[in-house]
Parts: sequence; C-alpha cells; structure tokens
Amino acid sequence: MTPGAERPPGRARVAADRRRRRSRLGIGEGGGRALVVAAVSTLIVFGGLGLVVVNAPGWPQVQDKFLNGRVFAESFPLIVSAFWVNVRLFLIAEVFILILAMVVAVARSLPGPAFFPVRLLATIYVDVFRALPGVLVIFILGLGIPSLRIPGLPADPFIWAVVALTLLYTAYVSEVYRAGIESVHPSQEAAARSLGLNRGQALQYVLLPQAVRRVIPPLLNDFIGLQKDTALVSFIGVVEIFRQSQIRQAGAFNFTPFFATALVFLIVTIPLARSVDWLLARERNRRVAGVNPGVGPGVTVAGPTVGAR
Amino acid sequence: MTGSAPALRIEGLHKSFGDLAVLRGIDLDVAQHEVVCLIGSSGSGKSTLLRCINLLEPIDAGRIVIEGDEITAKGVDVNRIRRRIGIVFQAYNLFPHLRVIDNVSLAPRKVLGLSRAAAEARATELLDRIGLADKAREYPDRLSGGQQQRVAIVRALAMQPDLLLLDEITSALDPELVAEVLNLIRELAGNGMTMLIATHEMSFAREIASRVCFLDAGRILEIGPPAEMFSAPRQPRTQQFLQRVIDAGRL
Repeated sequence: MTPGAERPPGRARVAADRRRRRSRLGIGEGGGRALVVAAVSTLIVFGGLGLVVVNAPGWPQVQDKFLNGRVFAESFPLIVSAFWVNVRLFLIAEVFILILAMVVAVARSLPGPAFFPVRLLATIYVDVFRALPGVLVIFILGLGIPSLRIPGLPADPFIWAVVALTLLYTAYVSEVYRAGIESVHPSQEAAARSLGLNRGQALQYVLLPQAVRRVIPPLLNDFIGLQKDTALVSFIGVVEIFRQSQIRQAGAFNFTPFFATALVFLIVTIPLARSVDWLLARERNRRVAGVNPGVGPGVTVAGPTVGAR
Repeated sequence: MTGSAPALRIEGLHKSFGDLAVLRGIDLDVAQHEVVCLIGSSGSGKSTLLRCINLLEPIDAGRIVIEGDEITAKGVDVNRIRRRIGIVFQAYNLFPHLRVIDNVSLAPRKVLGLSRAAAEARATELLDRIGLADKAREYPDRLSGGQQQRVAIVRALAMQPDLLLLDEITSALDPELVAEVLNLIRELAGNGMTMLIATHEMSFAREIASRVCFLDAGRILEIGPPAEMFSAPRQPRTQQFLQRVIDAGRL
C-alpha cells in the first residue's frame, strides 16, 4: 500500500488511466482515425435530426412563432438588460448562501450532547427547506410577509427574492459542505489535534480547506441551479429576464423571446461549467503528478474515529 | 517539571471499544531520554495505547502522568497537553492541501503563536536536518513515502515535544525506504529524545531500545532490556511470538 511515487510502472499506469478518462468528451486515444469516425457519426446523427425537424409539416409555423428573426432583434436587448436583475439576484444570494451554508454545515457536525439543540435546529431547517418546492417558498415570503405590513420590514420584492433563494439554497449547499467535511479521513483530524490544534483550528486549517476543494463541482451544480431558479421570482413581481420575455411574448404574439431567454442562460451557464472543469483539472495537475490524490497511502488508522474531546 | 519524575507514567490503563477490551490494565514507566519499544502481534493494543497517551482516545480507567502532571485528570486542557506529546502515524497523515513547509509550520504558528517568519525558520532548519529543505515548497503527494514519513516526524518535532510516540511508522513503506526513516529515529534517540515506539522492526527495536515491552491481548506480558527479551524471553507467549517473527525472517 505504498504511494505510486515509489513504483514507476504503477505510476505510468495510473497516468495512462487518467489520460484515457480525461480525454475530451471520451473521443478516445486512437489518434486521427478515431477523430474521423467521431466526426462522421456526429454529422450523421445531428444532420439527420436537423433534416427531420426542418422537413416536418409544421416547421414554417414553428419557425415563425419561435425563431422569428425580427421579434428576436426587437426583444433581445430588452431581455439582456432584464437579465442583469437575475445576475444581481444570484450573485448577492450566492454570497449569503456560501457563508450561511458553511455555518449550518459546521453546526450540524458539532459533537457532543451540549450541542444537541444546535444540531437539531440545523437539521430541521435543512429538512424543511429541502422538502418545500422553491416556488412555494418564494410565494410565501414574497407575497405573504409584505402583506403583514409589519413596520420596518422591506416591501421590495427583490429583497424577498434574495431571502427566499438564500433560504432554499443554503439548505442544499450546507449538505454539500457537510458531505465534503465527512469525506475527509478522520486521520486528518487526528493529526491536526495531535499537534495541539483545537477543534476549531483543525476545522479551519485542515478539514474545511480539503472539504471545500472536494465539493467545488457539486457546489457549481447548485450555483447553476440557482441561476436558473432566479426565473422563479418573476412570480412575485420582480421584472427579471423571464418576466420580461413573457411581456415581450404577449406583446408580439410570438414565442421567440422565450428562445432568446433560453439562449442567454446557455451563453452564461455553459462557459461557467467549462471553466470550473478547467480550474479543477489545473489544480489537480499542479498538486499531483500522476499519483492518486488524497491522504497518502490507503492505510487507515487503527481504532474508531477520533474521540470528541 | 520535577526533574526526577519519569517522562511518562501509566497506571492501570483500561480501554474498551464497546464490548472489546483492547487495553486491560497497562502499567508502564518511561524515564527521561529512554526509548521504549512496544512489540506484539496486530491487535495486541500497541496503537491504541499510543493514541490513549495522546488523548486521541478517551480512556476508561487508570492514569497517565507526564513529568508529574496527570493528563487524564478531569478538566485538563487537552490541547495544551498534546503540545508536549508528538505522535507520528503509520499512514503519515500529512495535510495534502498544504506544502511541506506549511505542514511543519502550521502548528507552531497557530498553537504556539509563532510569527510566520519564526515558524518557517524553525521548519526550514528541521527540513534541512533531514535533507529535505529543497522539498519545502512541494506538496506531500510529490514526495516518496519515506520522505513523507520524515516530514511527518519533523512536523511533530517542530512542536518541541517532551515525548514522541511513533506508531508503526515504517509499516506502510517499501523495504528500501525503511532505512532512511529509521536513521532519523536513531539520530533522535542519540540526541536524547524520549520515545515510545510501536514497531514490527525487531532488529531495529533490539538495536535502539532501552527496554522492549511485549504486549499481548491488552496486557504487558513481559518487559526488559532488548538483549534479554530477544535472546531469553521468559514468557511462553513471548517465545512463541518471537519464534514466528524469526520464521518470517524479520529478526
């Protein structure tokens, strides 16, 4: 069970496995021939699908109602400017989510009987907000609370949209963090504590940095989910991209604004996902030279997990 | 610090995991500058004993006293005690997200409150002593197992502990990498570091130990100077164990 660094053949094998797995979209290692095969089969599949759609009996009407160039040109600038509302919404909410979710995750992993009420509260919160449909939470907070007309509470639906999205996504993201914390081997905490670090320091300097690094891909998934769910706040009167496209659609009796909206989400989301993939790959290559990442060899420390002292 | 007190005194130590009694009444004194090796088959309680001394496992009964201070007393500050006791694990347990220099300087900075410069100077000096100063900016994954284990040892030394616990620190290493780690331990013993070493390296134990301690089923069955233990063990279980070790070609 020694690390691959000491066994060159093993190391080369791991590197080859990596290359194979990492090759873009799984085209494979076969060189030029594989590329040609991939190109031809792609052309056949997608070309065939395209031909079916374009030759469908209803295509001219669909083209006019969904892909109308004139309506697109008119509505696109308005839709893009409405999208800035969504951008502000998810950027502000994301900051709160990343911070609060960490607090909830740490609260749920506090040990010992004294912290039971904290764990209980955090658990109830996570269960409730993961169980509720997002659109309901947005309605209840965005329409219900302002209707109470409690003095001092804001009536701006944008603020309630931020609150609702933050409450919803904090529940999910805290679970992602928690999974990350639990995925760090207990021997890491043992090592940190054995050096005299207290529990908080062990969390801060040893466990959380490793946990967060591991959960970046799932965090990004939730971030993308949040971006898309910003469209839900149109229901409480925030004029964001989806509301704006509905307005345009109703005005032009044409569905092209929805197509424009879909396009905006694609343009923003896909490069984001790709760039995080790239960042992760770079990080991995910088840190690990063809050796399995993680905590040295696969040897575990004897005995059960670290005592809760 | 009461000069004459043993570096470590263990009295009537009991530890169970559920129904499984792992340590069943351990009594052991380790004098200042003494090197005591714990031998015994897997599951005899060697690792658990070391983890109890470092308070990584709460104990069920008994007392552990370090230089006259009872560390198992109620209300002691476990973090303060752990500073005085270094432990090195079988699987190194380096922090994979930190460079070598940060692995070594983290605890001096955060626990002892040293400045970054002072902690890094201390770490660099230690890494230099083990010939790994040029690896200071590398991540642990880039080092061989032997190098990682030596970094783990100096990480413990950076806290300037009074007592060093070594838990089968060569068991995860390829045979040709064992020597570099044992050489470092030899050097530490020569400098007077008090150590309690759980090991399967019998010839090393014979060479380095002041006393060797045979653990069997959670008890210290026999303890004595290495010459006596390895050439004329008294207990049948010790004889049996050493015979198996000899048969396996490890002595």
